[in-house]
Amino acid sequence: MRRFEHGSRVPGWDQPADLEKDPAEIPDAATTPVPEDLRAEIESHMAKYPDRRSATLPALAAAQRVHGWCSPEALEQVACVMRVTPAYLDSVATFYDMLETSPVPRHSVYVCTNISCSLCGADELYAAMREAATPGAGAEPDVNVRAFECLGACDIAPMASVDGVYVGPLSLEDVPQLLEDVRAGRPVLPEKQLARRLVADPNANSREFPPHPAEGGA
Amino acid sequence: MVAAAETPILLFTDIDEPGLNTLEVYERRGGYQSLRRALAMTPEEVLEQLKASGIRGRGGAGFSMGTKVSFLPKGSMDKYLVCNADESEPGTFKDRELMQKTPHTLIEGLIIASYAAGTNRSFIYIRGEYELQADMLDAALHEARSAGFLGENILDSGHSLSLVVHRGAGAYICGEETGLLDSLEGKRGNPRLKPPFPALQGLYQGPTLINNVETLATVPAIIRMGGEEYAKLGVETSTGTKLVSVSGHVQRPGNYEIELGIPSREIIYGLAGGPPEGREVKCWFPGGSSSPVLKAEDLDVPYDFNSLAQAGTMLGSGAIIVVDDSTPILDVAMKVAKFYRHESCGKCTPCREGTNWTVKMLERIDAGEATPMDLEIMASVQEHIIGNCLCVLGDAMAMPIGSIIAKFKDELEAHMEAARLRGGLNGAAASETALAAQGALDA
Repeated sequence: MRRFEHGSRVPGWDQPADLEKDPAEIPDAATTPVPEDLRAEIESHMAKYPDRRSATLPALAAAQRVHGWCSPEALEQVACVMRVTPAYLDSVATFYDMLETSPVPRHSVYVCTNISCSLCGADELYAAMREAATPGAGAEPDVNVRAFECLGACDIAPMASVDGVYVGPLSLEDVPQLLEDVRAGRPVLPEKQLARRLVADPNANSREFPPHPAEGGA
Repeated sequence: MVAAAETPILLFTDIDEPGLNTLEVYERRGGYQSLRRALAMTPEEVLEQLKASGIRGRGGAGFSMGTKVSFLPKGSMDKYLVCNADESEPGTFKDRELMQKTPHTLIEGLIIASYAAGTNRSFIYIRGEYELQADMLDAALHEARSAGFLGENILDSGHSLSLVVHRGAGAYICGEETGLLDSLEGKRGNPRLKPPFPALQGLYQGPTLINNVETLATVPAIIRMGGEEYAKLGVETSTGTKLVSVSGHVQRPGNYEIELGIPSREIIYGLAGGPPEGREVKCWFPGGSSSPVLKAEDLDVPYDFNSLAQAGTMLGSGAIIVVDDSTPILDVAMKVAKFYRHESCGKCTPCREGTNWTVKMLERIDAGEATPMDLEIMASVQEHIIGNCLCVLGDAMAMPIGSIIAKFKDELEAHMEAARLRGGLNGAAASETALAAQGALDA
């Protein structure tokens, strides 16, 4: 993790604030180009709630899908459609783990390193994943590998969420294949996807059922 | 002891049947019949059934659902029903299985609850990580709306309900009910001061009923069986069946539906297979990482709300995390403390600072820089967190950490001493390890 001046973990701590500058206002719709699909999606979210601000999280998620992260440009576009200030959106985006406030590679692998997964070897898995995602010494990873808090899949510990698809239990041997799949845009380790898994309770099913199909058409 | 064959299954009945997530299969199996039956009753009669069932909230606090519904004021103002599907308590994954495989059960229960509570707008707040489950819910919602189970004048009953599936974006605190409401309003998920409680002033300042997924998904079964019949399951004060998520050092981790009141040993050893061959249970969390830990000698405690409370812990969300004797207790404490440090929203000082200091003190122990007095200080830090914040996130760290300090004092002292001796040879390196470990959190 990066540390800033005075050992602070808060980005921007060591940057001087420009006290002369006026805060950004709600962007002018006439001068802020917004991709048509994004605008339509944000507007459809706003229509679902009694208060348009409730659409903030879905709107930021949509903008992140378009821009790759919550960039200043992405925030400005969302702000323009939602008629709120970029600062308000920034305050929300910085609160949530899944909203990226700095540029990241296109594909994401969240490795759960919380208690149940770590009891089953998640810390080693995360280290191996991170190393394998880094092409060479000193290079930046080409896949966004993050240690994540409990992803709610402790039954397949240790596990990871690969672009939103849960896979597990993972062993260190799975790491190269997983990253190869994700880089190639293929369904990731279809046999190990959570979607396929049957319930563990032996009393639940009165008869045998086939495993569910994996996500991504595999 | 309840034998496996006798275990009543209400929620997980043939849950892996192909297509159960679709309306067609769900209705063929008798789905939405409870809704029809409920709509034929008056809302007061439905509420009576819920009260008679004795069901307690499945999300963590264990508050009586019927009582909670009755807190909502009467009258024609905008009232809201919010389903808490944030499920981010470490170790918990029961709602995930329900929403993924039988989303209509939740939707049916939610419509019945809204009828009893007189709410016309509802939301399912699902954690952003559950993409598959949210997609399943969205598809089921669409089907239910097309079939007339949602919308205006449901099945000619005069009751109307809108439902929106709202995806979060990754924050544990949004599982706390008022943090969830702020997040749903499009803000940072900071908890609110209570009172006013959400039942009077919640979402958009209107009266709001908030229930966990499993609680709502049980409602169709209660209506089907009748509240009194449901109350015969389980034990007094903990009625019905409960989904438990068992994880950690067990051979068959997963979700199990149990009748409340069976011995915990039956769940951990009987259903989940116990720790791997040759290992023993060292400690276990009975209700998610927020619950005070129990040791192997507590395995015969009946698994229900009151018995666990008497044992000094809680049933919480029904997530059992088993730790075997191969794991140092300090590692467990460190994981727990770091999690809460990361997830503290920072609004209240005791929680924000307390979680941070607890991690630092644990790192001092690991680095060999601590003295036995530090354990006492750490225990007192926990005491100063409990009850002093707007929400219970800080308590959720203080309770397990406090119990670990109390129950594993000897091991922690031995760990401290061993680390001190190692650190004596290479003190500087030890501190660096501690700093690096601290850094790993946000890497």
